[in-house]
Amino acid sequence: MTPATHDAGLRNLLSVRDLDAAAAVRILDLAEDMAEVATREVPKLPALRGRTVANLFFEDSTRTRLSFEAAAKRLSADVITFSAKGSSVSKGESLKDTAQTIAAMGVDAVVLRHSASGAARVLADSGWIDAAVVNAGDGTHEHPTQGLLDAFAMRKRRHADASRGRDLAGLRVTIVGDILHSRVARSNVWLLHTLGAEVHLVAPRTLLPAGVGAWPVTTSSDLDAAIADEPDVLMMLRIQSERMHAAYFPHEREYSRQWGLTDERFGRLPAGTMVMHPGPMNRGLEISAKAADSDASVILDQVTSGVSIRMAVLYLVLSGAAAGA
Amino acid sequence: MLTRTVLQQADITRALSRIAHEILESNRGGADLVLLGIPTRGVMLAERIGRVLDELEPGSGTVGALDVTMYRDDLRGKPTRTPQPTRVPPGGIDGKTVVLVDDVLYSGRTIRAALDALNDLGRPRAVRLAVLVDRGHRELPIRADFVGKNLPTAMAERINVTLRELDGEDAVTIVGRHSAEETR
Repeated sequence: MTPATHDAGLRNLLSVRDLDAAAAVRILDLAEDMAEVATREVPKLPALRGRTVANLFFEDSTRTRLSFEAAAKRLSADVITFSAKGSSVSKGESLKDTAQTIAAMGVDAVVLRHSASGAARVLADSGWIDAAVVNAGDGTHEHPTQGLLDAFAMRKRRHADASRGRDLAGLRVTIVGDILHSRVARSNVWLLHTLGAEVHLVAPRTLLPAGVGAWPVTTSSDLDAAIADEPDVLMMLRIQSERMHAAYFPHEREYSRQWGLTDERFGRLPAGTMVMHPGPMNRGLEISAKAADSDASVILDQVTSGVSIRMAVLYLVLSGAAAGA
Repeated sequence: MLTRTVLQQADITRALSRIAHEILESNRGGADLVLLGIPTRGVMLAERIGRVLDELEPGSGTVGALDVTMYRDDLRGKPTRTPQPTRVPPGGIDGKTVVLVDDVLYSGRTIRAALDALNDLGRPRAVRLAVLVDRGHRELPIRADFVGKNLPTAMAERINVTLRELDGEDAVTIVGRHSAEETR
């Protein structure tokens, strides 16, 4: 038989910074194949039959959990889900004990959402479990699959059927909002940079992290100037009220006036600019309903892309001799 | 390592042309025919057979690609395989006669995976199999309907198919015939 294409799989997916451009494009291309599956008569693949994926969610996230669950099920894997609410975590069990308990039930991959930055790395490097680890958001650090699905949605909107094999060279992306607490922003910044896009961050100075000078981005606090600069993508971040413990800005209305994508600002965006939001949206706060529901909005494409990207990632960490026990 | 060329460019062209004729004969014409190549080289072979079909009976050479990676039974043991795109022709495969095209038929496991993949795409009226080389050593009850060349081989040998679209030249070679000599 002629040689098939063999590539190294992924052991874990902890940070987009572990991916070079070729690896990232490969995941995006694989997600294209996965997206095509959804159009079939039977939108399911047998690739991960007999493998078990554990969703370990120490922090609430309905959409990410559902997206990973849908992805695993489309690949015929079994899914067990653990949510911290109402579980032994509220009785004081540690990450180590929870992970080992789940691993003892026999799982091949753990999808971890945790409020502590670096939790996924700790779990992967600890030797507590043999399973592959996929970071589904760790504190204010990273959310790699969100970065990948955003890149996928941008590439798809930009290049449509000619997306395969391409990076995002030259794409100008402006990310607006709470950069300080946003793991979505961090994963986007690094991945978009790897893929050749130019990233501009707009935020109140209080919501820019101290170390932002070391990031491959430009920053400002003037959204109107950023819109006048005609970006290809305008990504609005959610104001995370659960993390707003200090006085980062005077009032929600003040935030909306200065940094929200209002109807008036939306009207000034050039045709063809993509409007993105990782969800869930605070309509009327960081994004107006008109902008969110417009043709320029890629927000539902992002959700669809999420399942395809997570299928690709689960396939890469769970197939092949390199992965798993 | 001993390398022996068993098919050259002209042989391959003749074999594919004969397969095209046989397909038309067994299908009693070119109606409702879909050729699905199995990536990578099966797709190129399917396209070549499709061109011959189009010459013989215009419009009969409908060609697509069927990736079977996700349906393989050895995903766990081998290094990660990267799937290739699947392309189903616009008319779909329901009610059609699908001819699977691959370069080498060996254990039969690729074809088993292809049959599973087809099952998820629709319900063809019939499924046939065309291969450039049948080298034997089947591990499953699968046989080819159209064969370019039957090539009895030893398990230790390797069949290499190169095609000009991908490799620059057309050839089928056997590598490593005498394993005892290799060690010298």
